[in-house]
Amino acid sequence: MKIMGYRRENGKIGIRNHVVILPTSVCSSETAVRISRNVEGSIALPHQHGCCQVGADHDQTVRTLIGLGSNPNVAKVLVVGLGCEGAEPTYVADEIRKTGKTVETITIQQCGGTLKTIEKGTRIARDMVQSVANIPREEVDMDEIVLGIECGGTDTTSGIAANPAVGVSSDILIKKGGTAMLSETTELIGAEHILAKRAVNREVAEKLIEIVDRTEKRAMSLGVDIRGSQPTPGNIEGGVITIEEKSLGCIYKAGSAPIQGVLEYAECPKGKGFYVMDTPGQDIESITGMLAGGAQIIIFTTGRGTPTGSPIAPVIKITGNSNTYNNMIDNMDINAGKIIDEQVSIEDLGKEIFEEMVKVCNGKITKAEALKHREFGIYKIAPTF
Amino acid sequence: MGLKAIIANSKDNVATAISNIVKKEKVSMNLEDDIVEIVSNQDIPFGHKMSLKDIKKGDDVIKYGEVIGMATQDINRGDYVHIHNVESKRGRGDLTK
Repeated sequence: MKIMGYRRENGKIGIRNHVVILPTSVCSSETAVRISRNVEGSIALPHQHGCCQVGADHDQTVRTLIGLGSNPNVAKVLVVGLGCEGAEPTYVADEIRKTGKTVETITIQQCGGTLKTIEKGTRIARDMVQSVANIPREEVDMDEIVLGIECGGTDTTSGIAANPAVGVSSDILIKKGGTAMLSETTELIGAEHILAKRAVNREVAEKLIEIVDRTEKRAMSLGVDIRGSQPTPGNIEGGVITIEEKSLGCIYKAGSAPIQGVLEYAECPKGKGFYVMDTPGQDIESITGMLAGGAQIIIFTTGRGTPTGSPIAPVIKITGNSNTYNNMIDNMDINAGKIIDEQVSIEDLGKEIFEEMVKVCNGKITKAEALKHREFGIYKIAPTF
Repeated sequence: MGLKAIIANSKDNVATAISNIVKKEKVSMNLEDDIVEIVSNQDIPFGHKMSLKDIKKGDDVIKYGEVIGMATQDINRGDYVHIHNVESKRGRGDLTK
């Protein structure tokens, strides 16, 4: 199936054409934001990490930054470092450059402070934005699309209506040769045995069980009652009473395709088909992991209603609750509540979601994009030192 | 009159309300090809759960054909099932203390 996208130097397909101002640490985040404010068409990705992190956390932050810059929705990248952080700006830039796209690097220490960095960065970003503006969309195959599937602000309609319909749309994409990923390991607790049966081999099944076990043990080792955060107060008000119930409803988003592999946070799928990524249940950090893993588009189901978007990929908002659809019409793209109120079949609603996805791939702006919802956050495992 | 609750799986011992249910209301729902009717013992809000069977304290609560938690008190058929009578069995660091 054909769509109109941007073919990148490495053959990957973008459906958006962003110029990203990428700070490598918390110390350069404010400066990156100021540069992006000066240049229409550029987007900064400010965050709290990149320095004084060790081991897996350092690796994860660096992998995430590289993955974000490498995302095919990003046309060009300006890396903005402080100059002395653990996440080295030149290394991050060199790794992103392997995709073939133009990457420039500046550091605040070398430029001579905030104002000079903003001035230099603004000129670079302006040139980048002008140079990508005329890149034409061309006909490309939809099998290059990587879909990230997320849910947030769940209520019981998510498991009954929105998530099963999204599962249908994910299956359609995979039948057309594309890729989809499910994330939020916390929200697999209690449902991992069902998903594991869909793994293509024992190794994948074991890794799936392992990431859930790891997450559960983390909660146990802290001595915390996971009910303090999962389900959330809003989930409970919406009728979801335990993490098990939430998880069992969540996995309907995964449709029925075989699971090809289990990815670390921000890791790109090695092939096509369906994958699971190890991310937290927190929506923003979870979506960021999938963007860094190459997702160009996100489908987000929400029973309670949340405005969350993403900086570099369109987010399509779907609710299974007609009250929420009407209450938050400013934010919701599709009402899957029709499954409950009007007996529309899950199959038909799944097809409607897929058709919307095709339109968004071709350039239709989602409500979250139009409202500039650019929530962003990198997942952190351990304390900083 | 339309259905007011949904049973996700024939193994389930709870159903999900798809409209607000009031106390002593006769609630109809599909169970495979049949329609079952259960009288509610309390008010049950939209999206919340109702018991299809008597569930003893300590027994599993089943939805989607799978365990979603454990009854913390005896639950009667038709009861409102929520956090006051069910709790999670997973990820509970507080239980290991």
